[in-house]
Amino acid sequence: MGGIFVVVEHRQGKVRDITLEMLSKAGELKNDLGGDLTAVLLGWETGSLIESLRGRADRILVIEDERVKNFQAEVYQLILQQLIQEVHPSLTLIGQTAWGLDLAPCLAVQLGFPLVTDCLDIKIEAGKPTALRQIYGGKVFARVSLKESPGYLATIRPGAISLDPSGDGPTEVVKKEFPSGLPESKKQLLELIESESREVDIAQAEFLVSVGRGVGEEENLALVRELAHSLGAVLSCSRPIVDKKWLPKYHQVGTSGKSVKPKVYLALGISGAFQHLAGISGAGTVIAVNKDPRAPIFRVAQYGVAQDIFKIIPALMEQINNK
Amino acid sequence: MNIIVCVKRVPSTQEEDLKIEAAKKEVDRESLAYVINEWDNYAIEEAVRLMEQGVGTVTAITIGQEEDEEVLRRCLAMGADQARRIDPGGRTLDGHGTARVLARVIAGIPFDLILCGVQAEDDNQGMVGIMLAEYLGLAHAAVVTGIEPREGELIVQCELEGGMDERSKIKLPALLTVQTGINEPRYVSIMKIKKAAKKLLEVIRLADLNFCPDDLAPQVLVEELFLPPETGGSEMITGDPTQAAEKILQILKEKGVRA
Repeated sequence: MGGIFVVVEHRQGKVRDITLEMLSKAGELKNDLGGDLTAVLLGWETGSLIESLRGRADRILVIEDERVKNFQAEVYQLILQQLIQEVHPSLTLIGQTAWGLDLAPCLAVQLGFPLVTDCLDIKIEAGKPTALRQIYGGKVFARVSLKESPGYLATIRPGAISLDPSGDGPTEVVKKEFPSGLPESKKQLLELIESESREVDIAQAEFLVSVGRGVGEEENLALVRELAHSLGAVLSCSRPIVDKKWLPKYHQVGTSGKSVKPKVYLALGISGAFQHLAGISGAGTVIAVNKDPRAPIFRVAQYGVAQDIFKIIPALMEQINNK
Repeated sequence: MNIIVCVKRVPSTQEEDLKIEAAKKEVDRESLAYVINEWDNYAIEEAVRLMEQGVGTVTAITIGQEEDEEVLRRCLAMGADQARRIDPGGRTLDGHGTARVLARVIAGIPFDLILCGVQAEDDNQGMVGIMLAEYLGLAHAAVVTGIEPREGELIVQCELEGGMDERSKIKLPALLTVQTGINEPRYVSIMKIKKAAKKLLEVIRLADLNFCPDDLAPQVLVEELFLPPETGGSEMITGDPTQAAEKILQILKEKGVRA
C-alpha cells in the first residue's frame, strides 16, 4: 500500500526521456507520499531497458513477453489494472504522449481513480496530489486538486520536468509472469512508420525562419518565404501550417515533426504550443515576433518583439534590400 | 456505417489577451467569440467524408446550453444528418463527468464508429474520448491521422512523437480521437447553415438521465487560475518596426548567421 508507480515508456529498444523525467519527479514525491517507487516495465528483450532504469527506482517490476514488445493500450491497461489492484500505489504516473493519451483515460475509468492530465508539475499536499497544468493552449496556468480517492492517476507533459542526473540507489528487479486469460485485443499493430527524410532537412539547418498561425492566410506565406530566402535561412513552420497543407510535413518543428538545433530560430507568428517548444529546446538563440505579449513562445525566447509580423517582416525586407 | 461525432463549442482565444475572473476559477469569457473546437472540426469533417464514401448516417452530439447549438448547426451544415444537445441544466461537468453523460446517451443510439477530437482547446485535457470508449467497452485509438474503412474493421494511422506513425487494424465498433490535419475541413457558408435548419436537432435533459449526483461529482477541481507573466523571460525589443528590424538584424549578425 502506498508508493508510486511510473509506467515505463519505451520505443524500439530505448527508454524514452519522459520515463526518466517521471522517475525524477516521482523520486521527489516519494518523500512526501511515503512508500516505494516502482518502475513498471512491460516489454520484450528488456535487458538494456532495465539497465537504463537501474538506480532510478526502488524496484523495477518487469513483465517480459513478446505480446508487449510494442505498446498496446488495451493489453497495458489490463495488466496495469491488475498490478495496481495488487500493489495499491497511491499515485501512478504515465506520459502525456500518444501512448499515454490512449492508456491513462481508460485505466482511470476501470480503476475508478481520478485522472489529471498533461501536468507540468505535481506536489503532494495533505497526502493528496495537486497539479500544475496549462489551459487555453498554454495562455493560462491552473492549479488543480483531485477528489479524495484510494489512488490517483496523472499524466506528465514530456519535457516539463528537469532530469535528475542521479541514478545510484539500490534497485530491486522483480519479474512477473504475463497474466493468463487476457481477452484477444481488439486492436492490432501492423507497423511503425518512420517519416521519410526529404531534400529540406530543417534538423540540420543553422538558421531557421519559422512561421506559425499568425501568418493568417496562405498567400501571406510568400512574404515569409521571401524573407527566409533573403536572409539565407531555411523555412520551417509550426503545426497549424502543416495541418492546413500550406507546407509539407517535413517543414514542421515540434514533437510530431522535427526537433531542431539551429544557431538562430526566428519565430514569426508562432504562439508556442508546448509540442512546438519541445522541438526548439536545442536552438541556440530564439527570436520571437508575436503580437500577443503573453504568447508562451516568449517564455523560451531570448529576444522578443511583441508586434504584428506584418509590420516587422516588411521592415526587415526594407533594411535587407537597402544594403 | 453509422458515425457519432462528439463536439464542443469553445471560446476562441488564439489572438486574445485573456483575463481571469475575480474568483480565479474561470477565464473571463464575456468578450470572447465562440467557435467549434478545432480538433472536433476535423472529426466532423472526417465523419462526413467517411459517410460520403459509403452508406450510413452522421450524428453530432454536444453537451451544452442553447447557444452551443450553434456548433451542432454547423455540423449539420457540413453534412451531419442529425444532432443532439444534452442540456446539463445548472451542472458543470469535468472530463470524467462529460464522458459518463455522453456514454449514457450514446448507448441508446445505434452506431459503428464514434469520433472525438484528441482534446479541447479550452481545457486541454485529452481524456473525454478514451474515457467514453471505456465506458462503452469499445476498441479505441488516440491521435488518429488516417482512417481507411474495411469490412467490420478500420485501418487507422496514429501519430506518435518524433515524426513516427503507427498503423493498426481495429475492430468495429470503435472510438477514435482525431488529430488536426487529418483532412481539410470544408468551408461552411451562412447559406448552408440556414439550409440545415430543417434537420433534426433533439434536446436531451441531463436531469432525465437518472444519474446519482455522486456519479458526476468532479474528480479534478480547479483551485486557482493565473496568468503567466507577460513576455516571461525574453529581452523585449521595443521601438517602431524599423528599429525592431534593425535590432533583429544586429542579433543575427552577432550570432553569426548573417554577414
